[in-house]
Amino acid sequence: MFAYIVRRLAYAIPILIGINLLTFYLFFVVNSPDDMARMHLGIKRVTPEAIEGWKASHGYDKPLLVNTGVTGIHKLTDTIFFEKSLKLFVFDFGSSDDGRDISFDIGQRMLPSLAIAVPSLIIGLLVNITFALLMAFFRGTYVDLSGVVLCVVLMSISAMFYIIGGQYLLAKLFRLVPISGFDSGLNALKFIVLPVVIGVVSGIGAGSRWYRTFFLEEAGKDYVRTARAKGLAESLVLFRHILRNALIPIVTGVVSLLPLLFMGSLLLESFFAVPGLGSYTIDGIQNQDFAIVRVMVFLGSVLYIIGLIMVDIAYTLVDPRIRLT
Amino acid sequence: MIKPVILWTDSLIFLLAAVVVAFILYARSKPHIRTPWKRVFSGRIASASVVILLAFVLVGLLDSLHYRLPLAANGSTGEIHYAGEVLSALDALVGPLRTQVEKTYSAPFATHLFTMETIELEDGSKVRDYPRLLYGARGLGVAGEGRAGDIIKRCLLAVAETLLAGVLLLIAVSAWLGRRHGQPAGSMTRGILQGILPIPWRTILLTLALLLLLLFLAINLAGAYHVLGTDKVGQDVFYLSLKSIRTGLVIGTLTTLIMLPFAIFTGILAGYARGWTDDVVQYVYTTLNSIPGVLLIAAAILMLQVFIATHADYFETTVERADIRLLFLCIILGITSWTGLCRLLRGESLKLREAEYIQAAVCFGVAHGKIITRHILPNVMHVVLITVVLDFSGLVLAEAVLSYVGVGVDPTMNSWGNMINGARLEMAREPVVWWSLLAAFLFMFILVLAANLFSDAVRDAFDPRTRAR
Repeated sequence: MFAYIVRRLAYAIPILIGINLLTFYLFFVVNSPDDMARMHLGIKRVTPEAIEGWKASHGYDKPLLVNTGVTGIHKLTDTIFFEKSLKLFVFDFGSSDDGRDISFDIGQRMLPSLAIAVPSLIIGLLVNITFALLMAFFRGTYVDLSGVVLCVVLMSISAMFYIIGGQYLLAKLFRLVPISGFDSGLNALKFIVLPVVIGVVSGIGAGSRWYRTFFLEEAGKDYVRTARAKGLAESLVLFRHILRNALIPIVTGVVSLLPLLFMGSLLLESFFAVPGLGSYTIDGIQNQDFAIVRVMVFLGSVLYIIGLIMVDIAYTLVDPRIRLT
Repeated sequence: MIKPVILWTDSLIFLLAAVVVAFILYARSKPHIRTPWKRVFSGRIASASVVILLAFVLVGLLDSLHYRLPLAANGSTGEIHYAGEVLSALDALVGPLRTQVEKTYSAPFATHLFTMETIELEDGSKVRDYPRLLYGARGLGVAGEGRAGDIIKRCLLAVAETLLAGVLLLIAVSAWLGRRHGQPAGSMTRGILQGILPIPWRTILLTLALLLLLLFLAINLAGAYHVLGTDKVGQDVFYLSLKSIRTGLVIGTLTTLIMLPFAIFTGILAGYARGWTDDVVQYVYTTLNSIPGVLLIAAAILMLQVFIATHADYFETTVERADIRLLFLCIILGITSWTGLCRLLRGESLKLREAEYIQAAVCFGVAHGKIITRHILPNVMHVVLITVVLDFSGLVLAEAVLSYVGVGVDPTMNSWGNMINGARLEMAREPVVWWSLLAAFLFMFILVLAANLFSDAVRDAFDPRTRAR
């Protein structure tokens, strides 16, 4: 087990190097730092001095890969590649293009993101499993059929409609909760309710339809037939046999999402003005802050890979038939 | 003379249409391809959604025939200059919808503007009031009296036209079916109406009639009213929604078209060749997959923005610039979405490689290239087809989100995402400006729902696992 985890972590290194090179290529080779400076300072009537000044103040004034101006190890370390890309590996994120410390910002914004993402995940999981179980219990009947149709309809609605519609209905028309915003401590509760509700509702369609297929797959297996043959009630078969086995793919699927919860939800956070990492990313994109986008790409990839490793571990924990070697 | 403009996405769209037509012609004589398709079209829901999808495609294709109008000829040189505005066949068809621009917001079927203005009366005095629309409810009086009667009259006319067209359609279809099957047209009509034919013609015709009704309603009403209101700069929302269809379709189809050859090639290669080729392909797709999709798209689009901003002189018109951005967006989305198909194809080819008929082909000394094209490729095509169809609706929805984030299509381009983005802040107004949002969501919802229902039917018909059940 331990050896397996170590090996998986070792596999992750070349992938991270690949991502690092890719982002480096995208951000510094496709467009030179000069282009970036011009973008920020305005396209027309920008003096070369202004560009140099902008580059110097943001640390983009070094050579890309090899600095011939200095000697020794600094030949390689005094470059954009080392300063901006390699330092990501030790989670030294540097400062954003408007001069703020990215690591500090990320630390500040992680909690609000989790405050929305964790309840959405847990409640959504419970709701989806309930609906899926209901459809599986009534499989082949009109309850099941209309449930599936409803799921397809719910799936076909854009996530933005759920958000805008929910904000309008619950916050503006009924005035149950504030439209958007955030607060610290327990005061945040009233701001969290609406995003969580919308997050859950918008996921019902795809989620419960997907889980239903897991349940139906299990329901067709031999051991289920045996359970029925020995006279178990259908509800017992459903809860004791089908549910427990179908939970394996569901749980492992959720585990892979866990690390990415830190990244928050782009749409929810930006619509509800939650100061989390999702809105941080959106702001970075909209302000064309290349430093933030670069860091978030790297961070997101790291979390995704951690999620993959966690899935494998989770499989061995939930399903005793699987041994990792 | 008008000057035809062929945008990059136009040519790709027509290439795609040609491929689809060629495939249909090819598949007509192949029973093993026809059988699953017959199963798709034997479903009522699937047939109805195909009709709706085709209607969307028709609008999209019409909107892809672009041209530029000539300006008044310059007398001295005789050289013709063309307008900077790029129009499409759809613009020509809808005519006044494009040009009937009001000042700002107006509600659906409104007679007056949504906002108050200071109006100067004929006697020189000034009042604050809602000004009369320039084009909306034009045939009516100043106060818009008799509007309800006029609308009802136009609706009834549309219903009558639909009934007429529907009956003609029914007669035409039953005559055609009768000739094909060598039966009298009358019995075919009965078969259609009773819904007992193997292909659910009744559902298809009903859907068509519904579309015809919408068409006639649009023809009768849209000229005289702004049926879905006007947006901030007074453009007709119905027109904008129609124009957005093309953007949605381009994103949904071209993305897969662009990534398809690459995904098929690498997927089959990895599964068939195994060894280090497999390792390399796996490494590449794991790496790309690890980057959160939105962020990769954002990074790439930000870079494209820098490129476009610094090379503004490459593009003759704003439409061409927007088009390049759309194409690039498709490519980027393709890069992020080929990984899924590639992984599926790799797994499938790994499995097929061990199949007995492939082993036999290897033993007979058939060349590897031939084994791949003759034996493996046809047997993984169902995976490709299912993925393509399933991806479509997700891509259409993704466009709206990306446009909101600011890394979607060009802000000047008509798209549902841009419509939502422009209208969502107006929800804070009192009374609410709801029509742009609703129109965008309605169009998107119908397209995505039809695509979802269709893709379910395709998956059920082509996936051997579901077929066995």
